Amino acid sequence: MAQIVIDTANHIAGYAAKAARAKVVAAYPITPQTTIVEKIAEFVESGEMEAEYIRVESEHSAMAACIGAAAAGVRTFTATSAHGLALMHEALHWASGARLPIVMVVVNRAMGAPWSIWPDFSDSLSQRDTGWLQFYCADNQEVFDTIIQAYRLCEDERVFLPAMVCLEGFLLSHTYMPVQIHNQNEIDDFLPPYKSGWTLDVNNPVTHANLVSPEWYMEFRYMIQEAMENAKRLIPEIDMEYGRRFGFQYGGLVDKYQCENADLIICTMGTIGCEAKVAVDNLRKNGLKVGAARIRVYRPFPVEEIRKLALQARIIATIDRHISFGMEGFLASEVKASLYHMEDKPLIAGFIAGLGGRDVTFKTIEGIAQKSLKWLERGRVEKETEWIDLRE
Amino acid sequence: MVSIKELPREEYLLKGHAACAGCGPSIALRLLFKALGNKVFLVVPACCTTVIQGPYPYTSFAVPLQNMLFEATGATASGIAAALRIRGLEDITVVGWAGDGGTVDIGIQALSGAAERETNFIYICYDNEAYGNTGLQRSGATPYGAWTTTTPTGKKERKKNMPFIMAAHKIPYVATACPSYPTDFVNKLRKAKEIKGTKYIHVLAPCPTGWRYDSSKTVEIGRLAVQTGIWALYEIENGKFRLNFPSDRLVDKAKRKPIKEYLSMQERFRHLTEAEIEKIQMWIDEDWEYYRKLASSEACV
Repeated sequence: MAQIVIDTANHIAGYAAKAARAKVVAAYPITPQTTIVEKIAEFVESGEMEAEYIRVESEHSAMAACIGAAAAGVRTFTATSAHGLALMHEALHWASGARLPIVMVVVNRAMGAPWSIWPDFSDSLSQRDTGWLQFYCADNQEVFDTIIQAYRLCEDERVFLPAMVCLEGFLLSHTYMPVQIHNQNEIDDFLPPYKSGWTLDVNNPVTHANLVSPEWYMEFRYMIQEAMENAKRLIPEIDMEYGRRFGFQYGGLVDKYQCENADLIICTMGTIGCEAKVAVDNLRKNGLKVGAARIRVYRPFPVEEIRKLALQARIIATIDRHISFGMEGFLASEVKASLYHMEDKPLIAGFIAGLGGRDVTFKTIEGIAQKSLKWLERGRVEKETEWIDLRE
Repeated sequence: MVSIKELPREEYLLKGHAACAGCGPSIALRLLFKALGNKVFLVVPACCTTVIQGPYPYTSFAVPLQNMLFEATGATASGIAAALRIRGLEDITVVGWAGDGGTVDIGIQALSGAAERETNFIYICYDNEAYGNTGLQRSGATPYGAWTTTTPTGKKERKKNMPFIMAAHKIPYVATACPSYPTDFVNKLRKAKEIKGTKYIHVLAPCPTGWRYDSSKTVEIGRLAVQTGIWALYEIENGKFRLNFPSDRLVDKAKRKPIKEYLSMQERFRHLTEAEIEKIQMWIDEDWEYYRKLASSEACV
């Protein structure tokens, strides 16, 4: 039977790792991820979860242990945050290059210096080019469902890549919400036993990942790009099938809200997407044609979906909980890049907000919308990148 | 004890590998497979063996091998061992095979963690006393006085005592070896295979390219290392220290050859002064006084 639990996104991530029947969990504690690994330790020690739990001595080792376990033929899970993720960086490349379907929760936290434990996307977005699929969640139910979906996707032979399931620290990680934990048999039916592209095997001794000369290396990279494109096609299918089975569905790559006939589309990621929906409702009450699009999957980037939205919108406002120093937010850059070849492009206004956990409420977003609509009226974006609520 | 005639004829390090002529590590590698057979999962970080195995799409290894990040051998082995336990495949021996840089320097954290977690695997450090693969830079295992490309006038510090660092983890088995004494190495590997937990074997593996001697002299150099006592063959089993043949016959200083015989065969030491050679000799004698006390005592390391 499905059950409803009221719990934090971190504990829910633990429930999801258990429901996915992850067999090796290797993790190292870091705020605000810790309660995930504590929950899993509880599950493993009480016998509720049949898994080996490796309490490694660093995040680099956590990812290395997951790589070893996945190569030795079992489903793996880990979780980290911020500096832990940065420490894993090298191993992230190795995991995707080795085509191992590892699923990792990233509890988003701002990077130091100075120390911050509060959320922004600077940690996971810094890992943009590591060959990992990246999902961003907006509530605790989506955290559970995305972890299950991610395993199904990663272990598809057309993909065989690892995935990060990102959730914002404290805003989700430590916030209680009711979540439906689906029937285990139905999850097992949706998510068959572990499958990977290769396994260490004494009867078929392969040498994996030895030196590759320039004659071959590019082909291996191209195969990862192909796998990403395949994932882009599969994610909406898997999301739809999941919706039919379990009743929860998230729009595939982009969670769109009131985008039909919208002059302005507010483009977000993570929990800001929830606030954006409230803002849209309020603005629509005042007769303003506003919609919201939450990028749920950042890698592969939903270029085609962005183009579709741009066909009708006259201005897109991106809200980045992130800054690429010396440029702008990644979301702004990538939305712009997606539209470059369009004949009749909408205006694009980039907003930086919520760094290091500063609140981004529906009121903040209403302000962003008002400003964007003003620029639309004037026919030009007056400031390429606007920092919201910045102390002068 | 196995004798050299009893070693299996099967080869799992195949012809056409890419090691230098006279490569000490490749002799050790061949012996590794003769001792353990082919029911092994091998983890190899960045090291000379990355080259020895040959480039894609070829390999000179007839056992499953996972290449891995430089500092991650211990952690990767932990993951593999956990997966094998879950899958009920514990008859497969997990082996970490890493160079001295990947062990005593960049890999020491992951190895220490794996040992502390009592990971069931054999870790072998094949020690050629420098970063060989990258062009012979100094490592924590480079001995005092040795020329390397980053110590052009000789290393000013002493070699890190990695076997004793591992013994301090209270793991069940620590041993040293040298491919010049093949049966000693094979017997230690076979013993390690039967013990549950973390087993650490540190192999001094002479390197003609880095140590600057004629490539026909590898076995001889290894023997001299043992006969002069700069390298001792021993085991630390559950904390109990024991010298092995022939090191057990060398406790008396008069039985050991002067260190000068070993040093003078290698160009990496050719700039050493008499005073520096004296100092090295004194340190060796001090080490042996310590070995003597350990071997004759009931106390554990």
